[in-house]
Amino acid sequence: MFGLDKRDTGVLIIVTLLALFAPIILNPFPTDSAMAQFNAGYPDLMQKFVIFGIFAIGFNILFGLTGYLSFGHAAFLGIGSYSCVWMFKLLGYNVIPGIVLSILISGLFALLIGFVSLRRSGIYFSILTLAFAQMCFALAYSVLSNPRFNLTNGETGLQVYANDPQWFHRDGLPDLPHLFGLSMRATQKIQVGAWEFQLNAGYYMCAIVMLICFYLAIRIFRSPFGMMLRAVKSNQQRMNYTGLNSRPYTLAAFVISGMYAGLAGGLLSAVDPLAGAERMQWTASGEVVLMTILGGAGTLIGPVLGAGFIKYFENIFSKINDNVLHSWFAFLPDGLEDFMVFIIHPFIGKGWHLTLGILFMLVVIYLPGGLVEGGQRVLGWFRKRSAKPDAKAGKTEPAE
Amino acid sequence: MGILEVKNVGKRFGGLQALSDVNLSVKENTVHAIIGPNGAGKSTLLNCLVGKLIPDTGSVMFDGQSVLGRAPYEINQMGISRVFQTPEIFGDLTVMENMMIPCFAKRDGAFMLNAMPMVTNQKEVLERAEHMLEEMNMAEKRHMQSASLSRGDKRRLEIGMCLSQEPRLLLLDEPTAGMARADTNNTIDLLKEIAAERDITIAIIEHDMHVVFSLANRITVLAQGTPLVEDDPENIRGNPKVREAYLGETA
Repeated sequence: MFGLDKRDTGVLIIVTLLALFAPIILNPFPTDSAMAQFNAGYPDLMQKFVIFGIFAIGFNILFGLTGYLSFGHAAFLGIGSYSCVWMFKLLGYNVIPGIVLSILISGLFALLIGFVSLRRSGIYFSILTLAFAQMCFALAYSVLSNPRFNLTNGETGLQVYANDPQWFHRDGLPDLPHLFGLSMRATQKIQVGAWEFQLNAGYYMCAIVMLICFYLAIRIFRSPFGMMLRAVKSNQQRMNYTGLNSRPYTLAAFVISGMYAGLAGGLLSAVDPLAGAERMQWTASGEVVLMTILGGAGTLIGPVLGAGFIKYFENIFSKINDNVLHSWFAFLPDGLEDFMVFIIHPFIGKGWHLTLGILFMLVVIYLPGGLVEGGQRVLGWFRKRSAKPDAKAGKTEPAE
Repeated sequence: MGILEVKNVGKRFGGLQALSDVNLSVKENTVHAIIGPNGAGKSTLLNCLVGKLIPDTGSVMFDGQSVLGRAPYEINQMGISRVFQTPEIFGDLTVMENMMIPCFAKRDGAFMLNAMPMVTNQKEVLERAEHMLEEMNMAEKRHMQSASLSRGDKRRLEIGMCLSQEPRLLLLDEPTAGMARADTNNTIDLLKEIAAERDITIAIIEHDMHVVFSLANRITVLAQGTPLVEDDPENIRGNPKVREAYLGETA
């Protein structure tokens, strides 16, 4: 289907179903139950899942295929966000021009940064991209926000003010980002028994964009271009002596992944029209590296899983506080209850980074292929178990 | 006029004169061997031919065009393919993909952004790669990861990849180094077949005299960065100067 083989079509269908039914799948616990705080099916978080999924899919095209580890991809995310908000300020709240511009501008920056950075490979390339990203951050945070020329609005973050031109804004349109009149905040709440599911317009727009991005990524992975990118990772020497110039291949991959990042940034602004410089900081660049490696670099679905995993931890684990812990362990004797809370305390709330770090280390050491490898191992284990009785039966038969 | 003309090439690494005044002419459709003791400058000369090194003096002409100052991929596109001492293949890719890459390079040139191709677009390349695999007797291994091939098979694959580009000059850098006798003989047979059946010139650098004398029509002996003699194999075998330089025997 769509020029994909059977297996890839299967993966695409699974991702489509997951994306479509995410509001239901991610809300397994009744609204009023104690476990409801583990529900992730609210619009804000689901939007983050798919947007950072796009970011990680794009990053994986560069890192997973060519092996060039960029530590500055957050710069493109930030550039995309700023571009999109500027379109809101100038043209109006329709998200289409903003998203298109964010892809174009971040592609342009990627071309420039990639052209310089790709002269080196390995650690030097990583450091160069990191340097560029920090430059972009510094520019956005202070340099480009002086009163005479205010492009980024510095610490406050770029946002839409009442006196902005918004040339195409009409009275009938919502005063928030919208898609031809459909507000990104529009949410349909569905009550099923004790459960409540929220179907959000912004989420579904992002999910559709993510599916398109995912489909394009599959096509790139399976194309001759993708094969050349894997050849770059495998043996650049042979590539050069096979009459292929590896520079434009890596640059193309860099620009494509930069555009993916820009698109993700544009969508972040589209669901919440505020762009801050902290989106460009090196921690944000590191986060996408973590997502890709955690999910499985070089795999199709890995980055999406990794993005979901990290965003889930960031939003759910960080919300658990000592009071919640005390309520969980209330059945224990007082001393023991305090002790348990004391033990777990560093791993929750603000300490979610610690939990994530430990998980990341475990995955990297025991599952170098990321969560995807973990899934494959579990599947293989089940297959072995179901295959074993047959094998035994086959062996005993001739004896009888 | 040979297909490859090397004139007065010199190369210096710091205090070491690796090559001085090398003149070499490789005639079309011959197998030309370059031999010499360790440190004679064989590999330096080869690196000068493929664009990895730029000689300090002299000129290198391939088919009437200078190769100096061109990048390795440009020189390859002119029609020079190189086989390395240790097989250089795309280890993470399958055998079939390894073969497809040079076929794409032959068809599309040094760079082509075909990220969304139709299947029909690739048909001709697939057929070509498939054909080449069959010729190399590797068709049944097409789905294997190429890193897991045996040394001899890796060499076969690498030679096949070079041939699929239909180069006019094939450069071989000690193609049988570190191989078992059986693999060496297989490689010799393969190269003989290639030289006989194809419109191709082969330049080979080799240590193993057995390989050299079973393949070469013409031999150049390098010693201390400069050619000692260039002659037919029969004459080289009996040449006292060669025996002295190469085997360390006193004449």
